[in-house]
Amino acid sequence: MQKVNVRKKILSANEEYAFKNTRFLTEHKILCYNMISSPGSGKTTILTRTINELKNQIKIGVIEGDIQTDIDAERIRATKAPVVQINTDGACHLSAAQVDSALGKLPADELDLIFIENVGNLVCPSALELGEAGKIVVLSVAEGDDKPAKYPAIFARSKVMLINKIDLLAAGAQDDFDIERAKADARKLNKGIEIFPVSSKTGEGFSSWYDWLKKSVGKSSV
Amino acid sequence: MHEMIVAENLLTAISDEAAKRNLKPIGAKISCGLLYAINDEALCFAFEAISKDTPCENLKLQIEHKSLQGLCMNCNQSFDVELSHPRCPMCNSEDFKLMPDAPLILEEIEFQTE
Repeated sequence: MQKVNVRKKILSANEEYAFKNTRFLTEHKILCYNMISSPGSGKTTILTRTINELKNQIKIGVIEGDIQTDIDAERIRATKAPVVQINTDGACHLSAAQVDSALGKLPADELDLIFIENVGNLVCPSALELGEAGKIVVLSVAEGDDKPAKYPAIFARSKVMLINKIDLLAAGAQDDFDIERAKADARKLNKGIEIFPVSSKTGEGFSSWYDWLKKSVGKSSV
Repeated sequence: MHEMIVAENLLTAISDEAAKRNLKPIGAKISCGLLYAINDEALCFAFEAISKDTPCENLKLQIEHKSLQGLCMNCNQSFDVELSHPRCPMCNSEDFKLMPDAPLILEEIEFQTE
């Protein structure tokens, strides 16, 4: 029997594509965020509202990741924003190689910002870097305030947390969701996380999210 | 199950090393950070499934989980962060800096020799 020390990064192939994506995005001066959440938290609705309301200020493109269908890409397409759909055919996350090929299909020279809407899943997508500038985690109040404590990795790794569907709180339909608990649990492992409570249905809270977005793409004065 | 993509990359890495040496791999040690949330059973199951009929079939995987380090801003001690209860075990402070999670590493391969 012979033991050999290898000390090799297992996900190096993905990492190489992630570097390539970062380089491409930097060269084209595009900011890119990787959006991660459970299925049904409202990622696509947040994106369609954001695209529509910032249309004249930020040029946004979208990479849609889904296991099957192009339902979400169709919804983005209705906003006239450029969109590329990736079907993972069963895989629960996007890989950097898939994002690399999608980036080539977007009109990079015209864009300020690209959102990658990852496959709905709070665990797997957080393990794979795609070359993004940051991760945005979406938690809807219908999922419960215990999710940051239960799925710490994604909350620890995210730049922003959007707490969606807060209209349900106002309506009293989700009165067991303690928004302060969700915020505090997310901040336990991530002091700097920006948190925006929003309702993609009514638009409440979006102005703070837009201010942050505009600042991050360097267009706060527009 | 993100363990599948880890298993696929692991199989490629081990197979490459084995082909270089023309030896049969029979064991491998990997290490991973806590935030990768690697489930041992899921990873072994995925690896077993995809290594069938390859030189890596029946390879025994050993998985070491590296702890997540925190640096206490109050007493300046570093400590293992417990995800369910993240605070400094020395002074009980919740004000700490989270250190980067350990990467996923293929540490060592064991080969069969005559």
